[in-house]
Amino acid sequence: MSNKINGAEALIKSLICEGVDTVFGYPGGAIIPVYDKLYDYTSQLKHILVRHEQGATHAAQGYARATGKTGVVIVTSGPAATNVITGLSDALMDSTPLVVITGQVASSLLGSDAFQETDVVGIVHPVTKWAVQIRRAEDIPAAVARAFYIANNGRPGPVVLDIAKDAQVGMVEWAHRTCDYIRSYIPVPEINNADISEAARMLNHAERPMILSGHGVMISGAENELRMLAEKADIPVAATLLGLSTMPSDHPLYKGMLGMHGNIGPNYNTNRADVILAVGMRFDDRVTGRLDAYAPQAKIIHIDIDSSEFNKNVKAALTIHADARQALQALLPGINQTRRTAWLDSFIPCEKAENEKVIVPEVHPQGGMMKMGEVVNLVSRAFGDKAIGVTDVGQNQMFGSRYFRFTEPRSMLTSGGLGTMGFGLPAAIGAKMGCPEREVVLFVGDGGFQMTIQELGTILEYGTAVKIVLLNNNFLGNVRQWQQLFYDGRFSQTPMVNPDFVAICAAYGIDAENVTDRSQLSDAIARMVKSDKAYLLNVNIDPTDMIFPMIPLGAAVDEMMINANEMFKL
Amino acid sequence: MEKQLFTISVFSENNVGVLNQVTIIFTRRCINLESISASPTSIPGVHKLTFTAYGDRRQMEKVVQQIEKRIDVMKAFLHTDDEIVYQEVALYKVPTDKLLIESNLENIIRHHGARILDITPEYTILEKTGHNDETEALFEELKRYDIRQFVRSGRVTVTKSPIEHVSNYIEQQARLHPDRFPAE
Repeated sequence: MSNKINGAEALIKSLICEGVDTVFGYPGGAIIPVYDKLYDYTSQLKHILVRHEQGATHAAQGYARATGKTGVVIVTSGPAATNVITGLSDALMDSTPLVVITGQVASSLLGSDAFQETDVVGIVHPVTKWAVQIRRAEDIPAAVARAFYIANNGRPGPVVLDIAKDAQVGMVEWAHRTCDYIRSYIPVPEINNADISEAARMLNHAERPMILSGHGVMISGAENELRMLAEKADIPVAATLLGLSTMPSDHPLYKGMLGMHGNIGPNYNTNRADVILAVGMRFDDRVTGRLDAYAPQAKIIHIDIDSSEFNKNVKAALTIHADARQALQALLPGINQTRRTAWLDSFIPCEKAENEKVIVPEVHPQGGMMKMGEVVNLVSRAFGDKAIGVTDVGQNQMFGSRYFRFTEPRSMLTSGGLGTMGFGLPAAIGAKMGCPEREVVLFVGDGGFQMTIQELGTILEYGTAVKIVLLNNNFLGNVRQWQQLFYDGRFSQTPMVNPDFVAICAAYGIDAENVTDRSQLSDAIARMVKSDKAYLLNVNIDPTDMIFPMIPLGAAVDEMMINANEMFKL
Repeated sequence: MEKQLFTISVFSENNVGVLNQVTIIFTRRCINLESISASPTSIPGVHKLTFTAYGDRRQMEKVVQQIEKRIDVMKAFLHTDDEIVYQEVALYKVPTDKLLIESNLENIIRHHGARILDITPEYTILEKTGHNDETEALFEELKRYDIRQFVRSGRVTVTKSPIEHVSNYIEQQARLHPDRFPAE
């Protein structure tokens, strides 16, 4: 007797075999057969109906980044497929494993400008790790296995499976297919022991070494190895934006965030270190500042699983093509136990200056309107520094990443490489669905919030208990800051007339309150923390508040503004 | 850095869309491709794409890294002309009556090492294999006979290196995955 099933069902069974229990999606004409079969599998595969396909991709990203599992999206053809492009691009930049399934018109219609037909594979190639079109039902199980293998091995990234309608309805003899090998792809390279010995030698001989911890540390689960190496050799650690929470915020060797709005100590000392061990990071321009003035004195050891990152922006003295965890494990035994009091102490004046000139005025302002930093700080504390912080993009993102604190990994989700406004709300929803036992708090501005505000409907439908801190200054704050600093205060198209956000939340059945004055803030946060449902605080923020320190465009990594008129000097 | 002509050789699986994946990497950096050729290799299932383009070395090295990063690509190499043996084919369609007036036709054919592929009362097709400057030289010579069509192929290349890098890659994969090889 034949056990033939249709391609749509084979797709769903393949997803379940890959361990998928949650998918984010939106039905439409060219994917109806899949949704029809999904109807029979709701007990094994939970489908989250988002309100826009872009929201599906960001939710899947939030889910993937919070859990380490592959995020799955199912959408239809044409406009739905074009709506996922932003999420794909964001996921490629930020190494996020996604499998995005797009419906496609029947293969007989391909290329005929059929209704809701678009050249999905052609469009997505530049923004995916891999993409393929499937035209036969019998190809589905193997393609799904391959997609998951590619998405979440090596440097993770987004994969698109574009499945023609006839492949969804065609019949296939069901057999579970797996994939753990692709001839043209070596996801995890073999470690070269000579490189490891050389790295150990360089670090053992260093006087002022520094570790830069990137997203790759989190992806490979190398947080412990990183911490052990840092402790053994007494090396200060700084994190990239996506490397935040690879070290606990209160670890004595953790010196803060790198880059344009990072902490003074690690940025300044980047240009004082003699050896820099960069792990799972890619020397983004927001990290390096002006390239020819970036750590010219330092020998750089670059560990990355993606060899195309080597010497792309910054020339390394030694490159180690490897999984971060494997490389650090191999490196650890050869590292000498050392104490570096003088070098570590050199961070103190930087920290003191930053604290005095930047942090205290931001976090403990004397009067005036509320500031983003003080809100983030209080919210972080109120959650015991244990929540997952999600940010949107802009000032909220930089204040969120500077003043939110972490005790465990995967506690900061933000759109780093692409800088996608509108990322925050759906990503927070996805993170909460992936980690229901953890608190998830979103910091979002009034601009980005309205870019994907429709996902409040998703919260309504699923009762997702995300906490939303709307840092509302009725301005596109980051652009406003640049206009203030570099464009003579000409606030072109940055002031915003905003709706009554609390009323909008009421319409969606979401508890919300306005926080208009500092005196209300602590109690409002306490009510938000106490609530076991979704909750929004609409916080009235000082529109003139600016994010500092700041490495202006074109400046060196150690040339930091500490306010609008003053450069950092030691 | 100074721009020079590079040859980029790409060994890939024979999957739909590989050429697109590779060419968009040039497009993104606004690099104009001078020539393209694609063909199977001696290794079953492995295809070779060959591109020529002007650029500076540092930029081209990064391009090759990005090409090799694509899942369907096994290896990609960057070569300058001195590292490879290469050829191109050119075809020239010239009116036969004009050629016949020429007393010197034999010399031209002989001098350029060209071949005649087809002759009709209307036209004659000449073929010349060689480097770009050689096919160009014949083109210049035939210009006065009113060339009706001219076409030059992309470059085909083999390396001068004694090591066959892509074969090494395939052998390494076969060694690491003996049970899987050669099927995917």
